[in-house]
Amino acid sequence: MALADARAICPELATRPADLPREAAALAALRRWAGRYAPMVATDGADGLIADISGVPHLFGGEEDLRADLQARLERAGLAAVSAIAGTRGAAGALARHGGGIVADGALVQGIGHLPVSALRIGHDTAEALARLGLARIADLVHLPRAPLARRFGPGLVLRLDQALGAQPEPVAAEPEPPHFGVRMTLPDPIGLHPDVMAGLARLLDRLCARLALHHRGARRLRLELRRVDSGTVQVEIGLARPMRDPGRIAALFTRGVDEIDAGFGIDALRLTAPLTEPMAPEQTGGGPAARGEDALADLLSSVGNRIGFDRVLRLLPADSLIPERSFLLAPAAYSAPAPMPPSAGPARPVTLFPPEPVSHASGHPPAQFRWRRMRLATLRATGPERIAPEWWFDDPAWRSGLRDYWRIETQQGPRLWLFHTPQSPAWYVHGEFA
Amino acid sequence: MRFDRVSGDAPAPAPAPALALAPARVHEAEGRGRRAFALFQAARHPGPLVWILPAHAPEMPMLPGLPPGIGERLHLLRPAGETDLLWCVEEALRAAPVGLVIAEPERPLSLTAGRRLQLAAEAGRTTGLMLIRQGAGSNATQTRWACEPLAHPQADSTLHRWSRIKNKSGTCESWVVNWNGASAAFHLVPEARQRHEPAEPPR
Repeated sequence: MALADARAICPELATRPADLPREAAALAALRRWAGRYAPMVATDGADGLIADISGVPHLFGGEEDLRADLQARLERAGLAAVSAIAGTRGAAGALARHGGGIVADGALVQGIGHLPVSALRIGHDTAEALARLGLARIADLVHLPRAPLARRFGPGLVLRLDQALGAQPEPVAAEPEPPHFGVRMTLPDPIGLHPDVMAGLARLLDRLCARLALHHRGARRLRLELRRVDSGTVQVEIGLARPMRDPGRIAALFTRGVDEIDAGFGIDALRLTAPLTEPMAPEQTGGGPAARGEDALADLLSSVGNRIGFDRVLRLLPADSLIPERSFLLAPAAYSAPAPMPPSAGPARPVTLFPPEPVSHASGHPPAQFRWRRMRLATLRATGPERIAPEWWFDDPAWRSGLRDYWRIETQQGPRLWLFHTPQSPAWYVHGEFA
Repeated sequence: MRFDRVSGDAPAPAPAPALALAPARVHEAEGRGRRAFALFQAARHPGPLVWILPAHAPEMPMLPGLPPGIGERLHLLRPAGETDLLWCVEEALRAAPVGLVIAEPERPLSLTAGRRLQLAAEAGRTTGLMLIRQGAGSNATQTRWACEPLAHPQADSTLHRWSRIKNKSGTCESWVVNWNGASAAFHLVPEARQRHEPAEPPR
């Protein structure tokens, strides 16, 4: 039904846009929980879960009790769910989407025969064509010869029918669990000395880095949780300037954070997790001086970033704009790669740039004399103008004064300045300084 | 006398050892042309460059105007306080792969701070260059340079007077250099070690 029709029928209808990623995340969480019923649980479409419970029901006291237990727990969690148990994956899926229930062993045809053919996970066109022929229920299909059916409706229908009735196998393919990058250690006696904590951390790091190496990943952020004997918890978190899994170098970055924590009456458990990881291909260790230099530079950026913040460790990247302020970007060095400046043929640019500073006592055009920063300057040579128009698609408050005519002014006193004139609201400003 | 170094070549030996900074030491530059001097030195030091300036400093290096080859090697650190800034300088000087550390401290460096930076530079075999305000230097510095841009009536000549006004192991001298900041090539106007007075530009 279209939304407009639904609103026409029920004007008080409350609607929300579907949030598919969050729904998928909720289903994935439910799939993890459903692991308590069976080892193999997979998602079935966007709205279902399928579990292979072969050999499991007697642990819960039978199939009825298992299903009742599942329904009761879901209901307590506030979830309205329909469940079905059947001998095949197709039959269970079909029954769960049409009321639910339990199909006894060996009674598949009787159990799902009354369901409409659309329950067989076939296309809408095929279901409609079958209905036009008078084949509305699955029971109508079961006794028909397979060959004409396949010739008329394609092999898909026969495959789905055979899968539902158990003639074709259809295993439950549970997706592998994502690797969990966390290790823990409990201690028989509390510790409190800095070298002791670092030694425990070194053991945890060895295990974590081995696991990271196994999955070809590198940590980008690491969190060390220390549980104290008075059941308080202290945390040390570090960031890394690039994916890394070298225990020795990571331990060096933890030193400062571990130094600052208050151990209280002692620490009796350590937990190390890597909340943020990135793919990292295996690489040869100790390769050449270039690789060592790169490692040492990454270590420097990590340690500086952990103290002053990674948003203050910057790199200059070229940007595609003629506006001086936007002709380059300041990007965090930990999350960007160096890029060379493309060669430009235009007028020279200054080496330093600062927010425009107005000049006073300017006389002439370009000014022959002016004052800037309490210096009286006289122009020796002026090169320009270079007209730069504001980018109208950005509302930049600095460019509200309109067009700018840039001049390179060499002064008799020495400084070589980058001045601009705004013809639409006449004034002179200094914007940069040349070498 | 003219020394030209074409950019893009393999790093040639420094053509003017007079203007070179002693390696593994910390130096200071003051005056209005100190940033140009820092960029000139950056172009002559291979390896990554670290430029440390306070977070509220209005003057930023502008990438399109930097000499070629510097932009992609440059790392900009913008610590919030003076203590953090000195800590960053020390940490960067201790890191072996860094070619040149340029820092702009705001307050005068104490003798302790200056000495610590010298020790860090020796430990990391890294050269440092502090861009200081006039007279805000530390006695621990290896050399101090006074850098001023000079005017010249002839077009396309960008003169700088770079004078070494303090030197722990050597003499103090002054050079007038023609370096336009757009390439690594420069023109040493007077011949080195002949005059003790700042030279007049040739006419």
